[in-house]
Amino acid sequence: MSAEPRLVEVRKNVLKQNDVIARALRERFRQAGVLAVSLVSSPGSGKTAFLERTLALLHARYKVAALVGDLATENDAARLARSQAPVRQIITGTVCHLEAAMVQNALDGWDLNHLDFLFIENVGNLVCPSSYDLGEDLRFVLLSVTEGEDKPLKYPTIFNSADVAIITKSDLAAAVEFDEAAARRNLQAVRPGMEVFKLSSKTGEGMADCLDFLDRRRISPSVAGPQLRNNSGDSFGH
Amino acid sequence: MAEEESERRGGAHVQAVHLRIGLLSGVVKEALLSSYEMACQSTPLEGSQLLIEEIPVEVFCPKCQAPRLVQSIQWFACPECGTPTPTVVRGRELEVIALEIKE
Repeated sequence: MSAEPRLVEVRKNVLKQNDVIARALRERFRQAGVLAVSLVSSPGSGKTAFLERTLALLHARYKVAALVGDLATENDAARLARSQAPVRQIITGTVCHLEAAMVQNALDGWDLNHLDFLFIENVGNLVCPSSYDLGEDLRFVLLSVTEGEDKPLKYPTIFNSADVAIITKSDLAAAVEFDEAAARRNLQAVRPGMEVFKLSSKTGEGMADCLDFLDRRRISPSVAGPQLRNNSGDSFGH
Repeated sequence: MAEEESERRGGAHVQAVHLRIGLLSGVVKEALLSSYEMACQSTPLEGSQLLIEEIPVEVFCPKCQAPRLVQSIQWFACPECGTPTPTVVRGRELEVIALEIKE
């Protein structure tokens, strides 16, 4: 027994458990041929409104379902259920983000083989969700015109972790003198090559382009989805 | 994790935990340090030190064909030639590297 402290090498990923579950989920989605898309944004950017419109529009052609995370209420699930798509609420309690295990539990009993799209709405938060891989193929980050063009510069980590940016509430852009060029410049600075859509979930303006994009991604999800995620520099390779 | 390792070694006293966090890991050093002491109370880690090594963000520049450290995480581009690049090589780490143990 030595009196001196000994250095023991460990080298363990702190979020390993989450990443293991996320990898298994991603493989499950791939095998079932379902494209999993997660949504992150600050509270009130319009995730639920975007999802409401998207589910309603996709429902005619595809089998779609959604999981929605919230700290305390089931309001979002109730809103989304009007689209007729299966929707489940994940109540996180005091946890400010979704984790892969919560997604796994929420999927219990659902046959993914019957689905084309699965949307996962994260808790409104631009900080913690960036560290948790949920097994999604694509991560959408939403930015509403009322939030200011510099949001990507204030939260570069989460914007960098996303594959697609959606500028929401475009119907209010003129009223708040939204500088779209600056917003796009800031998005490209923190995530070069990022796909950007500008739309209004309220009026439907710009929705078609975004749905076309989802359409194209779905054609061969096994190629398009995970490949895009890996292209972003091993987004979650902690 | 460190607690498990300590248990595996028959409750050896952990004096320090070496952690590596990337600037893109989403974890803030200060926040982690302030919560560490609280989390360690009444565990074999009580009184131990948390030593954090911060890892800068390194991207791969497609033009220079080389890894480069970005100057700011608000601008993902090669500091040498200015080419924008989304390919992150380093900076997302969140790992326990080593433990200092007194047996």
